[in-house]
Amino acid sequence: MSLFLIAALPFLGAVFPALLIRAGRNAAASAAGLTTFLAFTGLMLHIPAIFRGETVFAAVDWLPALGLNAHFFLDGLGFLFAAMILGIGLLIILYARFYLSREDPMGQFYSYLLLFQGAMVGIVLSDNILLLLVFWELTSLSSFLLIGYWKHLPEGRQGARMALTITGSGGLAMIAGMLILGHIAGSYDLSVILQNKEAIQSSDLYLPALILILLGAFTKSAQFPFHFWLPHAMAAPTPVSAYLHSATMVKAGLFLMARLWPVLAGTPEWFYIVATTGLVTMLVGAVIALFKDDLKALLAFSTVSHLGLITMLLGFGTKIAAVAAVFHIINHATFKAALFMTAGIVDHEAGTRDIKRLGGLRHLMPVTFTIGMVAALSMAGIPPLNGFLSKEMMLEEAAHTVWNGSHLIVPVLAGIAALFSAAYSFRFIAHVFLGPKRSDYPGHPHDPTPGMWIGPAFLVVLVVLIGLASAKIAGPMVATAAGAVIGGEKLPYYSLKLWHGLTPALYISIFAVVGGAVLLALHKHLEKIWNALPRPEAKTIFEAAIRGFTLLSRGLTEGLHNGMLTRHATVMVTFTVAISYLAYQSGILSAATRAVQDPGILPVVGWFVLVVATLFIVAKHRNRLLALVLIGAVGLVVSLSFNYLSAPDLALTQISVEVVTIILMLLALNFMPKETPVETPAFIRMRDGALSIIAGLGTGGLIYALMMRDFAFPTISDFHLANSYKGGGGTNVVNVILVDFRGYDTFGEIIVLGIAAVVIFALTEAVLGSKVRAYLLNREPDLPQAGDAHPLMMVVVTRVLMPLVLMVAAYIFFRGHNLPGGGFIAGLIAAIAIIMQYMASGFSWAAERQRFFYHGIIGSGVLIAAATGIGAWFNRKPFLTSDFGYLHWPPLEEFEWATAALFDLGVFLAVVGAVLLALESLSRFAWQPGIGTEHAMDINPARDDAADKTGTEG
Amino acid sequence: MELLVASAVGILTAAGIYLILRRRSFPVILGLSLLTYAVNVFLFATGRLVSGAPPILNKYEEVVYTDPLPQALVLTAIVISFGMTAVVVMVALGAYLSSQNDRTNMPAEPEGAGDDE
Repeated sequence: MSLFLIAALPFLGAVFPALLIRAGRNAAASAAGLTTFLAFTGLMLHIPAIFRGETVFAAVDWLPALGLNAHFFLDGLGFLFAAMILGIGLLIILYARFYLSREDPMGQFYSYLLLFQGAMVGIVLSDNILLLLVFWELTSLSSFLLIGYWKHLPEGRQGARMALTITGSGGLAMIAGMLILGHIAGSYDLSVILQNKEAIQSSDLYLPALILILLGAFTKSAQFPFHFWLPHAMAAPTPVSAYLHSATMVKAGLFLMARLWPVLAGTPEWFYIVATTGLVTMLVGAVIALFKDDLKALLAFSTVSHLGLITMLLGFGTKIAAVAAVFHIINHATFKAALFMTAGIVDHEAGTRDIKRLGGLRHLMPVTFTIGMVAALSMAGIPPLNGFLSKEMMLEEAAHTVWNGSHLIVPVLAGIAALFSAAYSFRFIAHVFLGPKRSDYPGHPHDPTPGMWIGPAFLVVLVVLIGLASAKIAGPMVATAAGAVIGGEKLPYYSLKLWHGLTPALYISIFAVVGGAVLLALHKHLEKIWNALPRPEAKTIFEAAIRGFTLLSRGLTEGLHNGMLTRHATVMVTFTVAISYLAYQSGILSAATRAVQDPGILPVVGWFVLVVATLFIVAKHRNRLLALVLIGAVGLVVSLSFNYLSAPDLALTQISVEVVTIILMLLALNFMPKETPVETPAFIRMRDGALSIIAGLGTGGLIYALMMRDFAFPTISDFHLANSYKGGGGTNVVNVILVDFRGYDTFGEIIVLGIAAVVIFALTEAVLGSKVRAYLLNREPDLPQAGDAHPLMMVVVTRVLMPLVLMVAAYIFFRGHNLPGGGFIAGLIAAIAIIMQYMASGFSWAAERQRFFYHGIIGSGVLIAAATGIGAWFNRKPFLTSDFGYLHWPPLEEFEWATAALFDLGVFLAVVGAVLLALESLSRFAWQPGIGTEHAMDINPARDDAADKTGTEG
Repeated sequence: MELLVASAVGILTAAGIYLILRRRSFPVILGLSLLTYAVNVFLFATGRLVSGAPPILNKYEEVVYTDPLPQALVLTAIVISFGMTAVVVMVALGAYLSSQNDRTNMPAEPEGAGDDE
């Protein structure tokens, strides 16, 4: 099965449980199980190739320019992890079906679980490190959903947030590290990076990259001092804990360290950072685990300790240690998943997982007891179980390791950690299952249905089998996976067997087991001492740190942007001016290459009008109506100058937009104060003025400098000029660019315009739905009203003009491809024709004659444009490829047809609809009952004068 | 000619920014309009100034054309800025009608928060 499919199956399957939950919980669980099983089977089909030592590839270039490609590969290491993720996933799906209660939304659970599973599979199969990072972040997000699955529990929510904060920020550091790594290696593909050991280790950027990547790995794998999120994540349902903390989430960090082992390991930096962190984590986790009374907390800290063990092994940097690490990854996954599920069964049946309230369960739950005991003995490192084998290998390696000149420090600390590890494993057995039967269990302990114990039982069988016949059962897997870790070089000699003779490791093991038993016997006394000792509480520190960061960022945010628009704008303008100045200072200004053109008299007049109007606007802006009129004058000059400077299309667009904008602002001003009061002190106005003048000088200077120089690079405009007629069939290059060359942009733009209009409509609905409506209905106009709301002359003229204007719009529309015009301008003109009717004959009159909803017009415009674009697909061309041709129908002259015209029709409709919807929405504020009239233009002398009065008075 | 256009852009920018820094919504809208003109003319002028050479192809003789690309960009910019202005005007109007106050700055304390009903 293709690697794509294996990685995609869990994501595809995630849809089904959520949908199928209506068909019952079994349906949801079966769907999840079936998907996982399919992916697992697909993976297993690759066994022959993998065990021959081959690597399976699957590649699709996605964004090659960014180095982001969907490249997957499967080697021994990836196979081992994928098999654990999918295999244990299957057992968890079965277990969760019986563990979750009726009240829990099971469909959601399985969907989250499959999402998480897909992300994990993605990590271990990715060849491209950018893709790997995407999956990495996905595991953080989906594990957040899983850990916080019991949303009603505050611990669940806090635990989920803590896990997300720690693993998420570690992931961010890792992104930086991976980018550096890719930069050094010159490729973002792991298969290339792994070949570049010398280049990477000799680079100056090696240490920063190493630290950043390790931050990601350590946070994910709960290494000291980031270990504290893991115990808090225990608030999740037990199946989640069993899955995340045995085989998947926390192993992702280990996977990454193993994956990058060939290029990162072997340096002193790697040894001292990774091995030391692992050693400390192993010790700290083991000691704390002994004193935890919550079964899951005990297992959580033991997980931390074992993760430390594997990290330390990887940190040693020797090949044989890497083999041991891989072996322990397998062993830990088997016994730890079984132990978590056992703890879940105890919690489920006995009603508590507080060790102090348990004991004597071996009589009541014999099956659970057997499973739990075997798994815990393996964790303690008792022969002949698999935990013993890898622990021996670890101790053997530790015994040979020299840390900063000391031969003793690593073996002694590792021995102590093993001692505590044995002690808490024994405690798990003794204090839960052994001892006298009690009479005060919160529940009624009994063995669960087989559905719950089959999963852990299967794992425990593996524990025993791997222990007894390790070379046969786990040997090939360890060899292929370890071979992949050490980068395809020859494996060192090792043997997976129980008896290695009287080695130092055996002595340490015996010391640890005996010492563990002694510690358990003394547990009561030790616990008193432990409880009396002052200990830093990680959660408090974490929360204090979060509070500190929140305060800091709030202070910074409120200093810069406290919700005051003026403050925000001032900061932004000042900042822009500052960086522009910096750019000007550090850049080079070449000599001018173009000559200044001599302006005629007309431009000077236009400039004068514009400058005077602008200055008047600033000086007189408190008189809002006057300022609005002057804005119109500025807009007029701007559109005239577009026309003068060879841009007829722009001139037409600008002047028609100007008309609608001014009408719009007048409509709004009708309800707003007509004067702006003086509020700011003079010095603030001076300051703002100075800032504005500096910004204006900068902008003006920049464009002047630009205009005085030729293009620094050849422009793409020549292409458009050359191909407009040949390729687009139109002589108006601007229009051809809009509807053809850059049709995608235009398509996006009409959608944005439509959205803006719909937003205005929605806001109008919201505002008119509130108490504002009552205010508007009772509002007295603050300015004297016109004597005649619908002047006769205006009504007559607008109605006569309407068909003429629409004809002009049609003309402008059709000629647009070859002469100035097109859908935008025609749309604006048609909209103005209709707005004139609203103005002259009144809102009610026009609304009654409105046949189509403006929403529908916008929508049909966008759909027509989209359909035109899709039409190109039927000719096997990309979206929005246009076509054109010429027709000759006598006696008509030859004329052109172009699909671009259809697209332009979409633009036209969208513009008409958007402009009218915006203005109509604003007009509705003015509506009052009784202002409507049947006879806006009442020129019928036969009608009773009195009856008509009611209409025109309002 | 270049000097006229550049100085016009500068003056429009300065006036626009000054008005945006005012504390009532209406001057801010006026300022945005002026700034829109400034930005549009700025973009347009990046194609350099040519008069009497519109980018309408002449089938019969070889003539000079001005740069069509900035024109196409500015054309869409003009239409989009209408949409933007309309939304801002609507927001300003809605805010004024709801609070009977057209200040742009939020009060330090959310006075009478939730008195919508």
